[in-house]
Amino acid sequence: MALRGPVGPRRLPDWMATTALLLPAYAWLTLAVFLPLLTMFVFSFLNKTPMGQAPVEFTLRHYRAFIDQPYLLGVAWNTLMMGVWTTLICAVLGFLAALALVRCSFGRSREMLLVLILLPFWTNGLVRVFSWTMVLRENGFLDSLWHLVGDGSVGFLYSRPAIILGLVHGYLPYMILTCYIALVTIDDAVIEAAQSLGARWWTVLGSILIPLALPGLISGAVLTFVPVIGSFMEPRILGGPVGMTLGTVIEDQFTQAFNWPLGASLSFTLLAVVLAIFATFSGVLRRGTAGAS
Amino acid sequence: MANFTRRDTMRMLTAALAAGAAGSFPARAQGGKITVLNWQGYGTDEAWALEAFMAATGIEVVHDYFSSEAETLTKLRTNPGAYDVVLLNSARVSTAASEGLIAPADLSKVPNAANISPDLLANPNFSIDGQGYAVPWVWGMTSIAVREGIAKPASYKDLASEAYAGRFAMNDDAMIAVALGALTTGQDLNDPADMEAVKEALKALKPNVKMLWSSEDQWNKSFAAGEFDVSIFWSGGSVRSRRNANLPVDFVVPAEGAVVWVDGLAMAAGAPNPDGAAAFINWMIDPAFYVEWATKVGAPASANAQALAGLPADDLSAQVHKAEFMVSKNVMSAMPDERREAFNAAWQEVKAFYAE
Repeated sequence: MALRGPVGPRRLPDWMATTALLLPAYAWLTLAVFLPLLTMFVFSFLNKTPMGQAPVEFTLRHYRAFIDQPYLLGVAWNTLMMGVWTTLICAVLGFLAALALVRCSFGRSREMLLVLILLPFWTNGLVRVFSWTMVLRENGFLDSLWHLVGDGSVGFLYSRPAIILGLVHGYLPYMILTCYIALVTIDDAVIEAAQSLGARWWTVLGSILIPLALPGLISGAVLTFVPVIGSFMEPRILGGPVGMTLGTVIEDQFTQAFNWPLGASLSFTLLAVVLAIFATFSGVLRRGTAGAS
Repeated sequence: MANFTRRDTMRMLTAALAAGAAGSFPARAQGGKITVLNWQGYGTDEAWALEAFMAATGIEVVHDYFSSEAETLTKLRTNPGAYDVVLLNSARVSTAASEGLIAPADLSKVPNAANISPDLLANPNFSIDGQGYAVPWVWGMTSIAVREGIAKPASYKDLASEAYAGRFAMNDDAMIAVALGALTTGQDLNDPADMEAVKEALKALKPNVKMLWSSEDQWNKSFAAGEFDVSIFWSGGSVRSRRNANLPVDFVVPAEGAVVWVDGLAMAAGAPNPDGAAAFINWMIDPAFYVEWATKVGAPASANAQALAGLPADDLSAQVHKAEFMVSKNVMSAMPDERREAFNAAWQEVKAFYAE
C-alpha cells in the first residue's frame, strides 16, 4: 500500500490482469499435472525403476511391448470393446433417462430425481463394485430372487457382462447429466411446432431431440470412454480371470512388478491411442458440438 | 516374496535409536541395550517377552520399525551403527550381506541355532561362501487350500483335472504363479530353465480358473460364498481362515512341495552391542518364547524344529506347518531384475490367455 500514489490505484494494462488471473491456474496445472506426467514420460524411457543406487540407462524397448508381447494386442482389443459397449449402453440409457427427466418431471420432483441420479457419485467406487459382487455371485442376491421362480444360477460374476455392468453403473451419471443439460435447453415450442405439423414421436426424436442433444451425447461419450478404457478396479474385481485390460496390466507394473518404466510407456501408448481416436473423429465431434451452439 | 512378509501375519518389532553407548555395563550377564529393526507387531516387540529378556539378561530392547522391505535396507544404509538386530526376508539377506550391511552370524553365541535344520542354515539365501549371515527365524508356505469334503490333489498336476472345472482360484502374483508352474514341471522355482513349460502348465489350468485373488480378505469372502473349492493360498492365511472365520478349509502340500518363505534375524554391521544382539536372537528362536508367542498371539512357523514340536498337538498352525515341508530348495530367493521382469511377463501372458 506504500506504493499507492496520491491519485489512487492506477489501472493495470489488460494483458497484465489476464496474466495475473490465469497464473494460479496454470501454475497449479504445471505443478500438479505436467510435472508428474513429464516425470512419468522420462521414466518410460528408462531400463528400470530409478530407485536405490543401481545405475539406469535410456532405452526404447518398453515402447516395443506390443511387438515383443503380442498377446497385449488381444488385451488392447478387449479393452477397446469394453469401452465401446460401456459407452453405447451409457448413451442409450443416459439419453432416455435425461429425456424422462426433462419431459416428465417438474420442480422439486426433478431436483429429487437428479439427486438420486448423482447418488452413485457419492459412494466410494470400491464399495459400489464390491456390492455388485454380492449381487452377482452364485448364491448372491440375484440368485436368491431367481430361486423364487426357477432353479440353477443366473449369477454372472467373473464375466465380461459383469464388468460392463459395473462400469455402466459408475459412469452413467456423466451421460445423464450431459444429456440433461443439452435437452433442457431445447425450446418446447420447437417440439410443439413439429407435432402440430404432424410429426410422430420417432420423427421428433430423430429429427429434433437427438440432433439438438448431440453435443451432450458426445461430451458424455468422451467422459465415459476415456476413463473406461483405463479402468482397472472394475475389471479386476468383477471380471475374475477375464478381467485383464490395459488398465490392469498398467496397474500390475506399478504395484506388483515394480516396473514403472513399462507401466509408464503403456500409459502413454494408451494416451496416444485415445488421441488418435479423437483425431479420427474430430470432424464428427466438431460438427456435433457446433450444431447446437 | 516381498508379498509374504508384508501380508502374512501381523508385524511388529521395534527399533529405536541406539545410543551407541551399549556394552558399557558390567552387569552379571551382559546388560546394556540393543536396538531391533523389524515390522511392528512381529514377535520381537511383545512386551511380555522383552520383560522376561530384560529379567534374564539385563539387556534393554528398543525398537525401530520399517513399513516395507525396501525401507529396511535404506535404514541400514543410512544409519550405520544404529541397529543391533534386523529382520530380513530370505530374499534380502544376500543383498544386505553383499553391501556389508549385516555382519556374519556367530552361531557359537546362538546355541538354539543347533535345532535349525543344517540344510536351511546352509541355504544360499542365508549363507554366502559357507558363512552364515542371518539366523532363520520363522517361515510359512504357499500351496493348496481345499474345501473340506473335496478330493485333495496329490500333485500340482491334479489342479488341471476336470474334477475341479471352474472351482479353482489362483493367486494373482507373478512370483507365486511362476513358482507353481516350475514345481508342476519339476524345475527350480527360483530360476526355471524352461519358461515355456511353466507357461504351458499354467495355461492348462484355464478351464478350472474361476477367479484370481490378490488379498486374504478377498479370498475369505469368495471362499465363504462358495465360489471355489480349491485354491493356491498361504499357509498362515488358511490357519487364520479356519481359526477366525471358521471356514472349512484344509491346507495341503502336494508331492512337489510348497513355495516357502523364511524371515531371518541378522546382526547389523557395526552393531554397538554384538553380544546382546546374539543373546536376543537366541531368545527369539528359543522354544519357550515361540510357543508362548504362537499360542497367545499367533505366529508363523518357527525355523527351530524343537520350538515347532513344542506346540500343542491341536494347534492349527502346528498341524499345517510340518517341519518336513520346510524344504530349503523351495525357499524364494533374491533374483536379478531381468529375471523378475521375465516372471512378470510370463504371468501376464498366461493371464491374457485366461482372459481370451
